[in-house]
Amino acid sequence: MKRSNLLIGFLLAAATVLSTPASAQTEIQWWHALTGANNDVVVRLSDEFNKSQTEYKVVPSYKGGYADTMNAGIAAFRASNAPHILQVFEVGTATMMAAKGAIKPVHVLMQEAGEKFDPSAYLPTITGYYSTLKGEMLSFPFNSSSTVMWYNKDAFKKAGLDPNAPPKTWPEVFAAAKKLKAAGYDTCGFSNAWATWVNIEQFSAWHNLPIGTKGNGMDGFDTVLTFNNATLVRHLETLIELQKDKTYDYSGRTNTGEGRFTSGECPIFLTSSGFFGNVAANAKFDWANAPMPYYPDVAGAPQNSIIGGASLWVMGGKKADEYKGVAKFFTFLSRTDKQIELHQKSGYLPITKAAYEQTKSSGFYKEKPHLETPLLELTNKAPTDNSRGLRFGNMVQLRDIWCEEIESALSGKKTAKQALDDAVNRGNQLLRQFEKTVSR
Amino acid sequence: MQKRAIFGGTSLPYLLLLPQLFVVAVFFYWPASQAVWQSFLLQDAFGLNTSFIWFENYKELFEDTSYYRTMLTTAVFAIMVAGLSLSLALLLAVQADKSIRGASVYKTLLIWPYAVAPAVAGVLWIFMFQPSLGVVAQGIRAMGWNWNPLLNGNDALTLVVLASTWKQISYNFLFFLAGLQSIPRAVIEAAAIDGASPARRFWTIILPLLSPTIFFLVVVNIVYVFFDTFGIIDAMTQGGPSKATETLVYKVFFDGRLGGNLGSSAAQSVILMIMVVALTAVQFRFIERRVAY
Repeated sequence: MKRSNLLIGFLLAAATVLSTPASAQTEIQWWHALTGANNDVVVRLSDEFNKSQTEYKVVPSYKGGYADTMNAGIAAFRASNAPHILQVFEVGTATMMAAKGAIKPVHVLMQEAGEKFDPSAYLPTITGYYSTLKGEMLSFPFNSSSTVMWYNKDAFKKAGLDPNAPPKTWPEVFAAAKKLKAAGYDTCGFSNAWATWVNIEQFSAWHNLPIGTKGNGMDGFDTVLTFNNATLVRHLETLIELQKDKTYDYSGRTNTGEGRFTSGECPIFLTSSGFFGNVAANAKFDWANAPMPYYPDVAGAPQNSIIGGASLWVMGGKKADEYKGVAKFFTFLSRTDKQIELHQKSGYLPITKAAYEQTKSSGFYKEKPHLETPLLELTNKAPTDNSRGLRFGNMVQLRDIWCEEIESALSGKKTAKQALDDAVNRGNQLLRQFEKTVSR
Repeated sequence: MQKRAIFGGTSLPYLLLLPQLFVVAVFFYWPASQAVWQSFLLQDAFGLNTSFIWFENYKELFEDTSYYRTMLTTAVFAIMVAGLSLSLALLLAVQADKSIRGASVYKTLLIWPYAVAPAVAGVLWIFMFQPSLGVVAQGIRAMGWNWNPLLNGNDALTLVVLASTWKQISYNFLFFLAGLQSIPRAVIEAAAIDGASPARRFWTIILPLLSPTIFFLVVVNIVYVFFDTFGIIDAMTQGGPSKATETLVYKVFFDGRLGGNLGSSAAQSVILMIMVVALTAVQFRFIERRVAY
């Protein structure tokens, strides 16, 4: 190569490298687990925040499903490379909370950054889940949902049921499912997704029954599981009986069976309120949703439901001005107009009272009552110790264990009582192990 | 006669070996030693609280009855997948080796499944066999069999065995085909002239001459079944229902996920490593004797 060519090449390369503009903006990394339309919401919110000011730039990255995102966050922290904001699903709360050096509580963040932060402006049943006993918010609720009962109105008409009067109690659901089965839905009268969320966690809160001691673990890591009570045993026994002829049909541990509702196979299906986008897009029949059913002979039922979904945790070890940016972003997300937009477009529950009230008074819920059902469930009554929420360590593993026991019961290998007792015992072993690792 | 390469000095051979040694050191010895170290610790997810607990993780594992259940499931799974995929691949290779029309088409199509990633293979099979919505599942139910891998452990195990076997057949097929083609035609023709039937020729001539390939494939298949089937199980059944499809490698992931029990998970992977190393050593020691090179 001629020397002059070499020199020109070198100069060009140097110019390219040196011409990268020095960014004056502080970048804030946000790792999340949302796909499809929900991913669009994340991107749009970040864009709007970035456009509204010039000091900070929120950069969202999709890291996989909830478990994968949480794994990525944990691994990144161990490699001293954590993002600023990490979206963690509600069952990871105990693990995140126990990691004192790894996270920065939201109430501390907002106070240090000098951002105006009034906890009473937020809906208590939503923020309570992510707060300490004293009401100090640890993480920022982002996408929250609750369990509702989706039902196929056309199927109801076919079976001679009133499509505008959905069953309110479990006995009514069982009777309706039997009628639906007789009308031709013989592979599934009713079913549900998220086996333990619906049949243990939400079930207990809705009936004001404890899942574990110490406020379901919210008041201490030495909580002990107690959900193998008579009501839940009775409920599981009924499910086992109905599974035999598929009046009830098990659809799996998570939400991979939700297609059974939208395909028309299961006319009654209990799952997240966040399922509405999918239903609206894919169900080719008339549909609606209703609050979860309850057993009328249980005192205090219906109580209120617990939220599902995820929240935003702030990771520790970052610089003060980066935290300022995160705080500003959270203030931005809490703006009433942003909350209203988020709620109405994506179905996420609004986290501020103002957003809920404004949406109500604008008559929005008259056209879309299915978006208000989860809010009505959450605000049904003031939460008790049994229905504030739950906080168990190793919750993902706990759910898998409980699913295993439910599966043993439904397939006839164990009685309902045996399965629930085993679920409690195995779960307690895991809880004691978690307690050992965090209380040192 | 053994061929040996003779090098002049001492530095060149070591330099040539260095890249491979480096890869083995970084991608095997370093993670393996970390796993061994971690198996002696009790840690929380973020590594903020660590304590050294000697062999407690191992003790807990051996006292856990479900660990032995998982070992049994893995053994059954291994025998079924390795056995099925080797025999089916051999059958297909013998058939595809014949001079028939479209032989190259068959060979190409039989090799394709190997290119499919394990998780994708799992999803493909779930698509067909999902109890209510799966295409094949609906056919099975129409025949009267209550196919339900969500609740029936045997159905679930059948499903993962099918998907794992399908994926591995093409790999085995490729090697068997190459092995068959390296058998000199003269030997087979001589046997045919001597009056040996095709079946006789297969069992007494072809199979012994294929034994190096078979031995190699047995070793590789065992490793595949113990480790690479993780993706398929995770995509299809997540170890359920009630641990019916939980193999040892899946349990490692399950127990360690989200920082749940990294110490136990590390202990399990150390035990798994020792098991497979021992199994491979046994194969080399005893079975290789009978291989006719």
